[in-house]
Amino acid sequence: MTALATPQTPSPGGGGETGRRAPRKGGRGPRRRGLRRTSRLIWRERSAYGFLAPGLIVFSVFTVFALLFAFYLTFREWNILEPETPFVGLQNYRDMVHDEDFRRSIINTAYFTGASVPLGMAIGLGVALLLNQPIRGRGLFRTLYFLPTITPFVVSAIVWKWLYNGDFGPINFYLLKTHLISEPLVWLSNKNLAMPAVVLMSVWASVGFSMVVYLAALQAIPDQLYESARIDGAGPWARFRYVTLPMLSPSTLFLMVMGIIGSFQVFTQIYIMTSGGPVNRTTTMVYYIYEAAFKFYEMGYASTLAYGLFVLLLVFTAFQLRLYRKADL
Amino acid sequence: MTATVKDPPAAPPRASTPPRRPVVARRLWLTFCYAILVPGAILFVAPFAWLVSASFQHVGDIFSWPPQWIPKNPTLDGYKGFFDIGKAGEDAQGSEGAWRWFLNSAFVAGSVTVLQLFFNALAAYTFAKRKFPGRDAIFLVFLATMMVPPQVTLIPNYLVLKHIPFFGGNDVLGNGGHGWLDSYWGLILPGAVSAFGIFLLRQYMMSIPDELLDAARIDGAGEFRVFWRVVLPLSGPALAATAIFTFTYAWEDFLWPLIVISSSDKYTAPLGLALFVVKNRTSWNLLMAGSVVATLPMVITFLVFQRRFIQGISMSGLKG
Repeated sequence: MTALATPQTPSPGGGGETGRRAPRKGGRGPRRRGLRRTSRLIWRERSAYGFLAPGLIVFSVFTVFALLFAFYLTFREWNILEPETPFVGLQNYRDMVHDEDFRRSIINTAYFTGASVPLGMAIGLGVALLLNQPIRGRGLFRTLYFLPTITPFVVSAIVWKWLYNGDFGPINFYLLKTHLISEPLVWLSNKNLAMPAVVLMSVWASVGFSMVVYLAALQAIPDQLYESARIDGAGPWARFRYVTLPMLSPSTLFLMVMGIIGSFQVFTQIYIMTSGGPVNRTTTMVYYIYEAAFKFYEMGYASTLAYGLFVLLLVFTAFQLRLYRKADL
Repeated sequence: MTATVKDPPAAPPRASTPPRRPVVARRLWLTFCYAILVPGAILFVAPFAWLVSASFQHVGDIFSWPPQWIPKNPTLDGYKGFFDIGKAGEDAQGSEGAWRWFLNSAFVAGSVTVLQLFFNALAAYTFAKRKFPGRDAIFLVFLATMMVPPQVTLIPNYLVLKHIPFFGGNDVLGNGGHGWLDSYWGLILPGAVSAFGIFLLRQYMMSIPDELLDAARIDGAGEFRVFWRVVLPLSGPALAATAIFTFTYAWEDFLWPLIVISSSDKYTAPLGLALFVVKNRTSWNLLMAGSVVATLPMVITFLVFQRRFIQGISMSGLKG
């Protein structure tokens, strides 16, 4: 997002322009004059700093300081129950590299992300394309598909936990009735089914968002583009492939970045539906960090894991933006 | 998807205009659209419908096969039972039961929204319309914090809250008590400003013409007055969109309250519900009733502000 925002940032030094034209007085060194000018400007615009102060204070405490403090924690053994917080050097990092369970949690998170983000986006795009046709009740359909997105995540997780229930859940009932399965499945306790079950629920909850973003983008595509494509002899598929899809790419990038950031942080579903089980098959990175910090109280090690997550996310986001720029040029 | 319908060869070719899809093919295509949209919508709403239905059933009926989509013996027991949680039984120490969780949620989400609107707008205005040394550097720092996932700062912030001086039995150095842990302060203040909100509002405020602000300044308005009387009223749509997002986000937030809050009379609604699942594994009717109540404010907010909601999403989506 940062990279996309920069073009809109006004050129720096816009404020200095007026000062540069100020009449020169005396033979003071240019550096000193610059300093004086700056401090005069700072004084004149002091209310601006006042306006920023509340935000700056909150950010410096809860983000900047917290980041630095988390970094400091990674070099310590910091158990909240014990007064001693010994310095352990790189031991936490060494532990992280050799931690089988953490590796498992990365794989689980990648699995979750790789399955839920593309699925949610594809279904959202499909629904948006259909809703963009001249059909009746578009508003109603949009509301219905959007309902899961505005349902609080905790509630969705509770409902789906029940739907997946092995003995009484409606999903098993209908699958048995249509003879798709011959005996009830224990969705959330089967090590091969638990993650797909969580993914399905998350896709259900995320389709509405991508649908709305895509629908807005679709409606912003000017008709002339389609007209001229048609005159050039483009069929429906060619129009979709060479007009619609490229025009949607900013939305696709936005959804992909937001989706990946969001699903790297998946926690609520896991906490409520599976508690990370069975046999760690749904332990995601954030759930693992949460357990390390607030179940085993190993704040130092948990901070190290959190930094690991941060680095992974940064790499991914940078990679995506790069891919996107390449495709754009 | 468009590819499935082919222009039939019988389309009458006209000299200059491109061939138009004849009525029959058009009908077929629209029928196809409905044939996908309607079952899809039913599937999407089904879990929801089931939730509402189950909340009006007796516990025994929830467990019945086949599932009852329309309750055979409708009852309000679930709702009554849910709101009586804590009034009777194990932890009745003058607590007000589940009502309290919703009041807490409303209070916390409301405060966060008001604070964020004010502080975000103030910062956004400063970044968008004021010129002062260091502006771009400070803005870059703000933008960079958008990239930091909240999970990285989770643990240090927990420790920071624990050691806030003078609160919760702490001394000057922040030792001895629990600080802002298990308090509304700890829930509200870390969320009082949001970099993303500032970013969105700034994009919007950049489009307000400078002449308007200068006119106000010439009329003798101070900087805060310019902000309060000119910029804020002109930013209505953007403010409304961010307000709705902030409110829903704060209402739904789960991980942070889970960590910060420990006493049951300070639970937010999602926290109360989730911990209830873990504690009482069998009272599904109470749980479903509580879930419906927790969802209602979101559905109402959405239905009332639908247009703004969608505007907001497309605004953030297209600008991003």
